[in-house]
Amino acid sequence: MVSRCRFNQISGGGVRVQASNVSSTATFHENWENTKMSQSLRPYLKCVRSSLTAAITLSNFASQTAERHNVPEIEAAKSPEVLLNPLTVSRNENERVLIEPSVNSIRVSIKIKQADEIEHILVHKFTRFLTQRAENFFILRRKAVRGYDISFLITNFHTEDMLKHKLVDFIVHFMEEVDKEISEMKLFLNARARFVAEAFLTPFD
Amino acid sequence: MSEVHLLFHQPIADHSFSADRSLLAVSRDTKTVTSVDIAPNTRRIVTCSQDRNALVWEPSPTGWKPTLVLLRINRAATHVRWSPDETKFAVGSGARVIAVCYFEGENDWWVSKHIKKPLRSTVFSLAWHPNSVLLAAGSADAHARVFSSFIKGVDQRPEPTVWGERIPFNTVCGEYINSSGGWVHSVAFSPSGNALAFAAHDSSVTVVYPSAPEQPPHAVLSVTTQMLPFVTLCWTREDQLVAAGHDCHPVVFEGNMGGWRLAYSVDDPRKSAGSGASQESSALNMFRQMDLKGKSSADDTNLKTIHQNSITILRPYEGRAGNVTKFSSSGVDGRVVVFSVKS
Repeated sequence: MVSRCRFNQISGGGVRVQASNVSSTATFHENWENTKMSQSLRPYLKCVRSSLTAAITLSNFASQTAERHNVPEIEAAKSPEVLLNPLTVSRNENERVLIEPSVNSIRVSIKIKQADEIEHILVHKFTRFLTQRAENFFILRRKAVRGYDISFLITNFHTEDMLKHKLVDFIVHFMEEVDKEISEMKLFLNARARFVAEAFLTPFD
Repeated sequence: MSEVHLLFHQPIADHSFSADRSLLAVSRDTKTVTSVDIAPNTRRIVTCSQDRNALVWEPSPTGWKPTLVLLRINRAATHVRWSPDETKFAVGSGARVIAVCYFEGENDWWVSKHIKKPLRSTVFSLAWHPNSVLLAAGSADAHARVFSSFIKGVDQRPEPTVWGERIPFNTVCGEYINSSGGWVHSVAFSPSGNALAFAAHDSSVTVVYPSAPEQPPHAVLSVTTQMLPFVTLCWTREDQLVAAGHDCHPVVFEGNMGGWRLAYSVDDPRKSAGSGASQESSALNMFRQMDLKGKSSADDTNLKTIHQNSITILRPYEGRAGNVTKFSSSGVDGRVVVFSVKS
């Protein structure tokens, strides 16, 4: 009873300490990332932004192969002359963006940074969470293109309903945030694992 | 300075004013009507749609009376334009053909003749030569072509032009390729008909000056820009044309056979103050912002141009051919705007 009480106290204190630790680590991490990223991340995102702006120049285009159909040409790929050359913007071997433009749709695929096993699992869970709710995200593709973690499909109907520059903003913002999110989750996971291990092993001390 | 009309929050695929500018026809994308044109004198309206049909609407005491046209195409119709003499119209399509339609009195319907070769892909745009026989077409196979649409019994034999002298139906009088293989979004004959301009997806505008039939052209002048691609062209004078497209504001090109250059922008976003009448003050946008980004106010939501989305069509609005002083534009954002040209 006494030990459990102590344990509770410790755990309360522990969580607080842990929490503040996490936040301080996170801010440190962020600052460090920002200073380091500003050198390579900014030109990377700038390049993605301008490539996307140029690629989102879509028009309404009815299918040439199927009668009375209007399908995203990049997915159908039945008329080679309306597809443009795909473009890869890559920051390093782990982080790249594939942009596949066509006359009435573009497909943007993102490979999210995965430095180790934990990040790999986190990215998988995270993208799975999103793609399972794809219909609520409008431009999200249900299945990622092979070799990438998440894909977006933007058609001319999306650019008609939504503002083009805001769509670009959204994707660039997503790329900015997703790295931060994953590293935050990883830190939280590590902290939690450490705490659980500590709590579990304390009685055997 | 420029008149702005926000008609609805839906894309306008095409628009056309009648000669006295009392009537404006617009085609909304929701019904897949892709193009519309009003004949200035007969006041007939022709529309075409992605459901493969074209309709001619004639004014009658009880309202507009539609007549279906026998297009005989099996893919979407993309673009329609009356010939200047208003006896024919041409319909571009995704079936790799252009249907040139004329009225057959004995059967009381509109029939069509097809221009097939050498089209290899969807026709994006059409333009008529002032003599109502030559027809320019821009298509997705990166070519701008000039065809003859001479129909026996409908057309008078035309005067010889720089494009050709004896020109039976479906003669290819000129064929020009975009060097980077970009889709040709728009074609337009100069007011005299002696030059052809086309805009391609590589953000270039090319002006062709033919010399004589079967001869290489005098000059093929291409202006490449750093802007987003242009999708529509409109000649204002023999030495001036306006282009607009995905950059949401028109730009003016000036030049002659010696060379063309980008002269200036109309409604330049870098010069405008950004606020004022051009701002979209709809609740829809605010809720869309809240939905998408979780905030209701964003300073960068509105573009600094009048049009908030791509411009799809430019048309001459005021002035006669060869000296247009005002032009109208319509776009995906549901606006029709009348701009004036600096003289």
